[in-house]
This record gives sequence, structure tokens and C-alpha cells, in this order.
Amino acid sequence: MSPRPGFVLPVERSTPPVLFWNGEGLLLESLPAERSRVIYPPDPLEPLVDPVEAVRDALLHPLGGCDPLPTLLRPDMRLTIAFDDVSLPLPPMQAPDNRQLVIEEVLDMAAQAGVDDVVIIAALSLHRRMTEAELRHALGQRIYEAFAPSGHLLQHDAEDQEALAFIGKTDQGEEVEISRRAAESDLLVYVNINLVPMDGGHKSVATGLASYRSVRHHHNPATMLASRSFMDMHHSELHSSNWRMGRLIRESGVKVFQIETTLNTNTFPQQFAFLQKREWEWRVRDRASFVAASRGLSVLGDRAKRAILHSIRAPHQMTSVQAGEVEAVHEATLANVFAQQLVRVEGQTDILTIGLPYIGPYNVDSIMNPILVAVMSLGYFFNMYRGRPVVREGGVVIVRHPTPWAFHAGHHPSYIDFFEEVLAETTDPVQVVKYEEAYATDPWYRQLYRKGHAYHGVHPFYMWYWCAHALDHLGAVIVVGGDRRAVRRLGFKAASTLEDALEMAEDVVGREPTITHMRVPPLVMADVE
Amino acid sequence: MSKRIAESLSGKRIFITGGTGFLGTALVERFLRTVPDVELVLLVRSGQRTSAAVRAEREIFRNDCYDRLRSELGGAFDALVADRVQVVAGDVSRDGLGLEPEALEILGSCDIAIHSAAAVAFDSPLDGAIEVNLLGPGRVAGAITKALEAGARPQSGIELPHLIAVSTAYVAGTHQGRAEEILWADAIRETKAARTHTTVTTEVDIDAEIAAARRVRSDLEAQSRSPVRLQGFSKEARRELGSAGMHVIAERAERFRQDWVKRSLVDAGRARAQSLGWPDGYAFTKALGERVLAADHTDLPISIVRPSIIESALEEPYPGWIRGFRMAEPIIISYARGLLREFPGIAEGVIDVVPVDMVVSALLAVAAHGTRDADGSDRSAGGSTYSGPVPGHPVVIHVATGSRNPLRYSRLFEMVRDWFSEHPLYDEQGQPIQVPQWSFPGHGEVQGQLRRYVTWLGAADRLLGSVPVRGVGDLRSRILDRRGLAMRALSYAELYGSYTETEAVFDVSRLMSLYESLDPEDRRQLRFDPLVIDWASYVSEVHLPSVVTHARAKTTPERSRASRRRDRATRAVLSPERKLVVFDWEGTLIASNVIDAYVWLAGQSLDAPERMRFIARLAMQAPRLWLLDKRDRGDFLRAFYRSYDGARVAEMQRGSWELFHQHLLERSYPAGIARVRKHREMGQRTLLVTGALDFVVEPLRVLFDDVISAGLQLEDVAGNGATVQRYNGRLTGIPPIGEARALLVAEYARERGIELSEAVAYADSVSDLPLLEAVGYPVVVNGDQRLAAVASKRGWHTETWKMGAPGAPWLATAPLAGGRRLRPEAVRRAIDLLAAGGLAGSDGSTGALGSLRRPAAKRGTSGRAGSGIRSERVRRLYTAAVQRGLKAVATLEAGGTLRVGRSRTPSGLGRGGGPSQPGGQGRAGDTPGGPERGR
Repeated sequence: MSPRPGFVLPVERSTPPVLFWNGEGLLLESLPAERSRVIYPPDPLEPLVDPVEAVRDALLHPLGGCDPLPTLLRPDMRLTIAFDDVSLPLPPMQAPDNRQLVIEEVLDMAAQAGVDDVVIIAALSLHRRMTEAELRHALGQRIYEAFAPSGHLLQHDAEDQEALAFIGKTDQGEEVEISRRAAESDLLVYVNINLVPMDGGHKSVATGLASYRSVRHHHNPATMLASRSFMDMHHSELHSSNWRMGRLIRESGVKVFQIETTLNTNTFPQQFAFLQKREWEWRVRDRASFVAASRGLSVLGDRAKRAILHSIRAPHQMTSVQAGEVEAVHEATLANVFAQQLVRVEGQTDILTIGLPYIGPYNVDSIMNPILVAVMSLGYFFNMYRGRPVVREGGVVIVRHPTPWAFHAGHHPSYIDFFEEVLAETTDPVQVVKYEEAYATDPWYRQLYRKGHAYHGVHPFYMWYWCAHALDHLGAVIVVGGDRRAVRRLGFKAASTLEDALEMAEDVVGREPTITHMRVPPLVMADVE
Repeated sequence: MSKRIAESLSGKRIFITGGTGFLGTALVERFLRTVPDVELVLLVRSGQRTSAAVRAEREIFRNDCYDRLRSELGGAFDALVADRVQVVAGDVSRDGLGLEPEALEILGSCDIAIHSAAAVAFDSPLDGAIEVNLLGPGRVAGAITKALEAGARPQSGIELPHLIAVSTAYVAGTHQGRAEEILWADAIRETKAARTHTTVTTEVDIDAEIAAARRVRSDLEAQSRSPVRLQGFSKEARRELGSAGMHVIAERAERFRQDWVKRSLVDAGRARAQSLGWPDGYAFTKALGERVLAADHTDLPISIVRPSIIESALEEPYPGWIRGFRMAEPIIISYARGLLREFPGIAEGVIDVVPVDMVVSALLAVAAHGTRDADGSDRSAGGSTYSGPVPGHPVVIHVATGSRNPLRYSRLFEMVRDWFSEHPLYDEQGQPIQVPQWSFPGHGEVQGQLRRYVTWLGAADRLLGSVPVRGVGDLRSRILDRRGLAMRALSYAELYGSYTETEAVFDVSRLMSLYESLDPEDRRQLRFDPLVIDWASYVSEVHLPSVVTHARAKTTPERSRASRRRDRATRAVLSPERKLVVFDWEGTLIASNVIDAYVWLAGQSLDAPERMRFIARLAMQAPRLWLLDKRDRGDFLRAFYRSYDGARVAEMQRGSWELFHQHLLERSYPAGIARVRKHREMGQRTLLVTGALDFVVEPLRVLFDDVISAGLQLEDVAGNGATVQRYNGRLTGIPPIGEARALLVAEYARERGIELSEAVAYADSVSDLPLLEAVGYPVVVNGDQRLAAVASKRGWHTETWKMGAPGAPWLATAPLAGGRRLRPEAVRRAIDLLAAGGLAGSDGSTGALGSLRRPAAKRGTSGRAGSGIRSERVRRLYTAAVQRGLKAVATLEAGGTLRVGRSRTPSGLGRGGGPSQPGGQGRAGDTPGGPERGR
């Protein structure tokens, strides 16, 4: 029996209030009847019955004319295994993680082939270094214990000039520079978790193992404005650039064996099951859980709320695994991602409403600061479309999030200065560019990125570029319940209640606007006709 | 100017003392402006670093008193001054006025001497007032006699110089009723019933008074140096400044001692004065000064001019001119600021105020009128009864308004109140201040109330000062402000109360006869008849506007002053002129301290139970450490760093990076870090000075140009065939805190040729006071209460910096082996609790369900978690928690003194003593925070 597909619910007078995430809180909101609709994600797909077997099978029967993995392994070779970092999946999944399952299989085969020189690299790109706990969780204790103490488990360092190799320039003049170890290996195995359609493909190596010098060619306002959306690789300049780079890497002789896995949308553990149920189907237990959770969270301190929510481990399950040649693998992966996340949506809407959850790719075990609020709503959820954006051009996005003026000084040091200095001057992504170089090359940020657990100095700029398409497309962005000073600094408008926000939006889109609520997470990708 | 006055003074040479004072300035100006060819000789005291001439230029001729003359003369002003004014150095508190022979010669050539120098403060120390007020007039007279004897000019046939001594009407003291223009000696001689109509009549042995006053000074100086007193001063200084360092404390204690001596002398003066019938040392010494002058200098013709309370000018040089914050002004301004809720005084009593230009006019008339010849014939013609002095018969003239044109206290109060109701001052928030209504309670009541208030505030301050909490600094500095104001109000009430309660009425018959003697034209010019004053217009149109301007009080509601000041200060600090910027670390750039770092580093390789015990043991030491820190930061650090005895160097250094990035950074103040970077970006040299250990601040090196920190001594310890480097817990040098810090920074600056006056220092604690005092631009960041008080007193720039997000934990510990945190179990249970809502039974009939059915907008207002929580599950959890707690306590008790000595302590720390044992779970290269970024 295949699970229920996604669903677009037209809101009627009898429709119960809809669940909104509100950062580290939850609430129910009523949407105007007769002109609102709610997009519900499809129910979780059936997982693979035996993921380990499926992984083995994929490695033995690769796609795209690639030879089975065992035939690519020989004793005297240099083997490098790269894997996606802590930004995936969200929330972090219950053990065993996909990466552990895959890498254990790869290592088994390598061991059988007698490969001695194996290095595992976390493909951080410009993200923060993972902690020991995060690495142990992603890779499993066995791999960690076997590789970390001897220094064979590394985290990519995009600022270590000696550890980078310049590959060349694409026909568009884009410089390609990636991890030297990866570039000089006889085989580079890249292990993905493809949570959203943006992930994977050539982007894995070309971005995940690249340096600032290379990444800046596609992480910029021009590329982002030409990516409509970056969740749809066929209309994404971000992906075109990565594909050019990936092909150059391949032509330069780097042999990449790509392994991509997909997950179902089983996002929350049993205690929070109500979060992925449709409201009218809530049972007594779900209702009580909602009340307990929302009230409980509302009385807890920030720190306690964060500690509790970030300790949630998602019961994601693997729905597919494919291995082999990058492009063939990615095509199959995309089909599987879409099978889980795609929902057909008829026509655009005037107003898109989103309740932002507590977590995004860049604040695992951390604070969702105002810049991340912007990127989660305008970068991620706005872009979760294929075809046309859910909200029409000149429309309004209404976000629910407390947006406190708060930053994790250890994880996001350059964000703080970006917020205080750059956004105080301009919120136009194109104007922002002029400050980029100084942040990217700053020795203090560089040290915090390399030695600490900080995002690269340039990262807040990328976050802001991520919003470029939405900022260009929208008439206004309204944040409900946010810290007014912080919201204004972002260039958005602040409203106290959803009702007020809808009133304010009418000034932009006219009377009686249509409203679409994206009921996320679990993730949903709107296929807008 | 009247022909007659100008004529009679024409060609005269006039010696003036007290030219730098309020009255003297106006007097000199009037002579220069209105008497064309009079020559002035000014006796001016040399300053410590400035000559008498420079002082005269600065303190007399640059005063706005001369604005009128300057504008009339234009460029010729300086020439006029040079031409007609001669400055001689001297001091009325020294015998012979401290004159050089040439100066004495000049004095001998003078026709008139006007002595207006006085210690006018009612709270002058007794001995100083004795020297100036009591002995001063006699010294002037003596110097004149000496100059004449020296034969500076032939005595015979030429008139003797006329000495005009300015005294005060209040020599009448506590006299009630009419006080005549008569000397004490004459009053005693002329009538047996002097007490009925004149001044204080008490016989005083003046020489004994002088000797006693000088003795009091030396007694008090000796007393102030007694061990008990000295300890008291040190204690007081320590309470104010805490562990600011020996020198700072010593300086402050010495200031307290000097203040104490001064205060005691003032008290001694007042007590002596009151015991004899005068309100304070000022009136007392002035009165005795008159007696000395009259008794000892019968060889000179002397006029004694007794003004009452001199206030701003009625007309000349321009209405409202005033100099210095004088008697009534501080009271008026304090009242307008709403600080004086009450003031002593007799409502129907007379406040005898006289405008300064009237006193000047009277002096001019007295000088012009001149003396009588020895035969008694008055040199000036006219039908007036006024006659000048002859040697041995001084003339006394009151310049007062109370008898002829009285200003009642209640009327004055109403005029002041009405004026400020119409022209209010504004508080910092830009709100008009409402002035209080006084009820004129009985004698001494106001002082009593104020004294109680001051005592109460003092107690509140001490209480707050003993609470070891940051953040009350603001409250404490507000209390200190209040206390300062109350003390000021009290001192005003004590000082001036007797003047508002005075019941003497000063007779002005002689003044009026002098006035009558003037040519009508002169009368029109000089106008010193008290009747010319219209009190209502004088108070509200002349005096109050002048006082308000003078006090630079806030007369507009605009709020921006404070923020403008802030901006200015920030600009000054960030100016490119600054060459060196010094930052403190703990408390200034980060909300953390040495204990925080120690807990992390020492605990990093302990397992969970060991760690709990370790923290418990540390917690038990907390009070001792706190006391130690409070007493002396250096001792505290030295003692605390001993805990690092035996710590493995490699492990500490590695742990410090994790400590910094996983914990300290989160407790840093981003605005502070941004400020460091900003200074550096501007090309200024940035220096971190911290008492923290070098390896702890190692990650900060990239942020600063230089780092000065504490360091520990290393030892090679052999064990298991390999030598390991360990710390022995002893410092390599003096920890860079307190005064040592200031010295190190000074040395650092000197080596680089940087002036400390161009340096900025950011710090948070009173122990940084020596450093902050050493630099030109001190900035107090989140100052502790003592430093906050100092900063607000000195007007230092302050900054408040916050963490990136609230709630980052203090005393965090490193991740446990395997990267786990200490908390997961508790958190997991909390999740269960939250999410399951305690619905173990799930019977569907809970109250929680009911609330869901209500409209959405109404929900979420209650903070309670719903009735579902009260379930079996909670009970189970609670019981489990209690049991766990009991078990932990039992474990601790089993450990006896909470030692962790038997446990594995791979870092060599966290043990109760004895050598540590190697071992543990960590392997080489297994850094707690995950592998390094690698190649």
C-alpha cells in the first residue's frame, strides 16, 4: 500500500486552526476561510526493508556505466571517502545514520580489497567544524574509533592552502579548487544524504570539498537571481555552475564514485507524532501532546527549550540508495526525493505563510539568529517549488518566528558583525557584495573557522545571497511575533499577530488576498502549475 | 562719573588686596572704567606654578566683568591695564604680606589701601580663616606702617594712607535687633549697655585664640596619624575601592585623612565661634580681625566697610554679573533641582542681600571722601554729617539693605518659587522639575531630618557594597549620588542656616550720610541707597537668570545631552589620534573568570560522577576564594593557580582551544570583540592585559597585536620511561593585575614611544583602577559596583556589552569521553514529559483537551502546563530524581572530605592532593572537539 500523497486543503469555516511552528514554540492559528489553503506534505514513504542490503546492492550495481565498487578498489590505492556534514539531515536522524550505513559497507569492501590508505573527510565546505559527538553520531562509534585517533578522519579546511589543489578553470572562467587529498586520491567516494533536491550531484564535491576561491563563483547574488529555484536543478544557475565544475573535476582525472541516499519524511519521534499529522486527524493523545508541548515550551527558558528541541533525533528512514556515476545517480535520487516531497499546487497565491521551526541547516545545536530566520524563510521554504514560486510576483511572505536579537558567538561570530555593520547599511544583496572580501579574508574569522566551530567569515553573505531571488520576487516580508528591532534590521516588517500581518499584507497585494500556508516540516516541495 | 569723586581720586595710587575675588574684581573694574587717572597696585598671591602677574591676568582681567570695558576700549584695553595696573606678589596670610622690598616701597607710595581679601567660605578651616580674616587686616596695616617707616615717602605734611578694610555685617553674630555701625571697642567704651544695640560683645583673648587655632591644627594632624585613625581611613578607602591596589588605596586613604583634618578644623572653628556667639568661623574671625585692626593700628586712618550678603550686580558692570558659585546660588540651584525639600529659616526674617555694585560704589565713595585731618576737620566740604576716619578712630560703614529696604525670607522664597515654576529646570529625561514648597519648620529640624536621611543612605550603601553581585553597581551609584546630594543639602543647611535665621537688622545711617554727602551727580552714578532696589525685579529679572546661566543648569527639555556626551566620548575613544588601546579580558570582553576556565580544564578528563564530585568540592571552596579575591586579587590568583600544580602542559594547551571555542567564545561580548577589531583596523596598537593564564588566552593572540598574561612555571616530570612537562602551580612572575598591570602597560608604552595620555583602556573591575587612571581615555565596561561609582563620579565613558545570546552557561564542563554532554538523560526525560504530556493512561478525559477546544486566540495565555502533567509518570520521575539526589549525597559523604584523589585524573587535576596517575580514556590525537580540520 503506498502512503497518502501530499494534500492541499482549502480552508473552510469548519476547518480547525492550523499548526504553526514559532521558532522554539508551537501554536495554532486560524486562517481566513474560503481564500486560504494549506499544503500538507505527503505521508512518509515506506522505507527500504533492509537498508544495509540495499546499500550493498547499490555499490555492486552502480548506475551510469560505472564499475561495481569492489572492482575499483586495489590494495595500493589512495581511497578518500567524503560525507555530508552536520547540516544534513534535519533534525539529525536516529542512529544508525545513513552515512554510517553506507561508509561501513564501503570500508568493508575496501578492507576486503586490502586498501590501506583510507581517509575520511567531512565535506564541510565553509560550514562549521563538527564536534566529536556529531562525528560519532554521523559515522557510528566503530568508524570514529578506528579513524579519528590515528588522524585518518579529517574535517575539510577550506583555508588550508597546502591542503587544497587547484584543478583549473571552467569554460566560464570559474576557478575550481578542492581538497588536495580528494583530488589526488585514486578514488573519491562521496556519501550523500539528499534531504532536499538541492543536495547532491556535482554540487557534493564541487562545493562540499571546495575553497572560498572556488565557491564564490556560484555563491553570489547574480547566480542566485538566476536560480529559480535552486531546488530545481534544471532552472538553477547554482547547479549549472556546479555541474561545469564537477565535469571539470572529472575531466581532470578525479574519479568520483557517488553514493546518494534519500530519506522519508518521518521527521519527529513518537512523542511528537502530532507534528506530522493533519490537525483534523489529531486524536486525544495528539491534542494533549500539543498542549503539553506548546505550554511547556512557552514556560521554559531559551536555553532549556533549545536543549530539549535540539536533542530530538528524527526517525528518518532510508527510502533509496543509488551509487555510481554522479549525474546518473543524481537523476535517480531526484526522482526519489520528488516522490516523497512533491505536492501539486494549483496556481500561485498572494500570500505565503510559514511557521519557522527551531532548526535549519546552519543552527544544529545552536541559535536561529535573525539572518538564519531570513534564509530559512526566503532561502529555503520560499524556494521549495518547481515551476513557479507558490507566491506570485509582488506577493507577500508572512513568517512566524520570535526572531530574537541573539547569536551563537561560537558558531556565528561573523554573522554578528554582518548584522551590526553590513545590514545596518544595506539589505540589498547586490550592495552587500562590497563588504564580502573583508569578511572572507579576516584572520580572526579564519581562526575561528579553522580551530573553533565557527562558520566561515563569508557565510552570512551567502545566507543573504540565498534570499536574493525571494527579495527580488516579493512585494513584502512580514515577521509575526518577532523582535521589532531585529526584524527591521533585516528590512522586513514586524507584526504582533497573524491577523495584523494579513491586514498589513493587504496594503501590498490588495483586498481579499489568497493565502497559502506551507505546513512544514516535514518538508514539502510545491509543484506549482 | 561725578566730577567730585573722579576729582578727589584723580592721580591717586590705590593698593588693593583680594582683587581676584568677587568684590575685588568688580572694584578694580570700576576704578579702571570710571576713574580716569587712578593707578592701581594689586596684591596677588603667586600660584604654585603661576606668577602673580599671570594669575592677575587670568583671574581678574579675563573675567566677563571686563567685557563692557573691553568693548568700550577695543584694542586699547591691554594698554590701559598695562599702563594703570601694577601687580605685586604677596600673601595676606604671611607676616609683612610677604612683600619684596621693592613692593614694600610701592605700597608706601599708595594713597589708599583697600583690603578685600578674605577667606569667605563659611566652612574654611579655622586656622586658615584665622590667618586671613583675623590677622590679614592687621598685617595690611602693619605693612603700610612699615613701608612708611622705611621712609618710602616723607611723613610730615603729607596725609597718611587711608586703609579701607572690607569686613562683614555679620560680625554682629547672633545679635537680635538693630546692629549699629560701631566698633566693638567703641560700643564697650561709649555705653555700658552695648549688648542692647550692637554686636557680639564677648571679650576674647585674641592671642590665645590664635595660639589655640594653630594648636588645633597640629593636634588634629597628629591625631589623624594615630594608628586607629589611619586604619579607619584605609578601611574606608578599601570599602570604596576594594582590591584596587595598594597605591590607589593609600592615595585615597591619605585624601580621607586630609579631608578629616580639614573637616575637623571647620567643626572646631564653628564650635568655637558658636561658643562665643558667632554663627561660624567666618563671622568669628572677621569680627576679631576688626578688633585687632582697631586696637593695634591706631597710627592709620581706617574705614571699615561691612557689607551683608553680596550677590549679583544690579547694574554695573552689567545687570546680573556674578563671579563664583557663592552663598545663595548653590541653595537656589539645589532648590530648583528639587533637592531641597526644606530649608531652615525664619519666614518673616530678613535676608540681607546687597548687590555687588552697591558695595563697590560705597567703597568708591569712602575712598573718595577720604580721611579727616588730625585736627578733626573733614577734608570734604558739604552739609553731611559723614566724616572720615582719623588715626585711632576708625569709621564703620554698613552696606546692607535690611533696615531701609528689607527683603523678607518668605517673600524671597515666593519669588524664587514662582520664578522656577515659570522657568523650570529640566531633569535628564527632559521633564520640567517641580519645585517644592517650604514650610519653614522650627530651628534645627531640617538639619535633623537631613542627618537621618544621610545616615540611612550610608547604611543602604554599605549593605549593597557587601553584596557580591554585579549589576547593583548602578543602584549603588544612584544611592551614592543621592547621598552626596543630601550631604550637600545638609551642609548648606548647617552653613547658611544661621544666615537665614539671623535676626540682626543692620543700621545704615552712616552709609546714608555718606550718600547724602555726595554731589547729586555722583549720587545718580553710584546709587548705593538701598531704596533703589526693586526686589521683585532684582530677583526675577537680574539675579535668578544670572544664577541659572552661571550654574549651566538644564533649562530646556531637550534630552540629547547625555547621548551627545556619549557620542563625543565614543568619538574621542575611537579617534585616530589614539595610539594604544589596552583591553582587559575577563569581565570586559567576556563574562567569565579564572574559575570557569579551571573547571573546564581540570574536569575535561574526569568521568561524570568524578566531575560532579570535583565541582562540589570547588563549590565548597567558593566562599573562601571569594573572600580572598575581595581582599587582594593578586593573592587570590596566586592561591588559585596553585590548583594547576601537576597539570600536564600538552593537555592544558589542547584543552584551552576547546575551552575557548566551545565555551568561552559563547560567553564573550561580541560588541567588545568588534571594538578590538575596529581599533586594530584603524591602525591602533591593541594590547590584551589579563591575569588569565597564557595558554587560556592563546586563541586570542590573533585578535591583538600583543598579549600580556600570567604564566605558570614548567617542570619536567619523568614517569613510565618518558618525561612529561607539567605545571607546578607557581607563577613565572607578578600577575599582571592591579598596579602591576598599570606598570606593565606604562613600560610597554614607553618602549614603543607611546604617550599614555593618548592611550585607551577598557576594563571592568575596580582592581583595574590604576590602569584606568594611567591612561588618557579610560572606558569602563560593565563596571563592577565600585568601579561604576568611580566612573560616574569622574565622568568616565562607560559601555555596556552583552553576550551574543542570553543564557550561555557559566561553569560549563568539557564534553565527556565520547563527546557526550553531562545532560542527555535529564533532557530525554524532559522531552518525554513535554511531549507525552504525561498521558500515560490516555483516557481522553483530561483538562488539557478542554482547552484545545477553545478558540485559538484565547489559548496559550496560561503559563501552566495543563492538568495532564499531574500524573503517575511525574510522580515516578520525581521519586527517581529524589532517589538519585540521595544517592549522590551518599556518594559524596562516602568520599569523606570530597576528595577525588583515588579517581583517574589524566589531566593531573581535580584531585585533592598527592601525585596524579597517568591513564584515562583519551588517546593521543583524540581531541575532545573532534578531529582538526585536516589535509
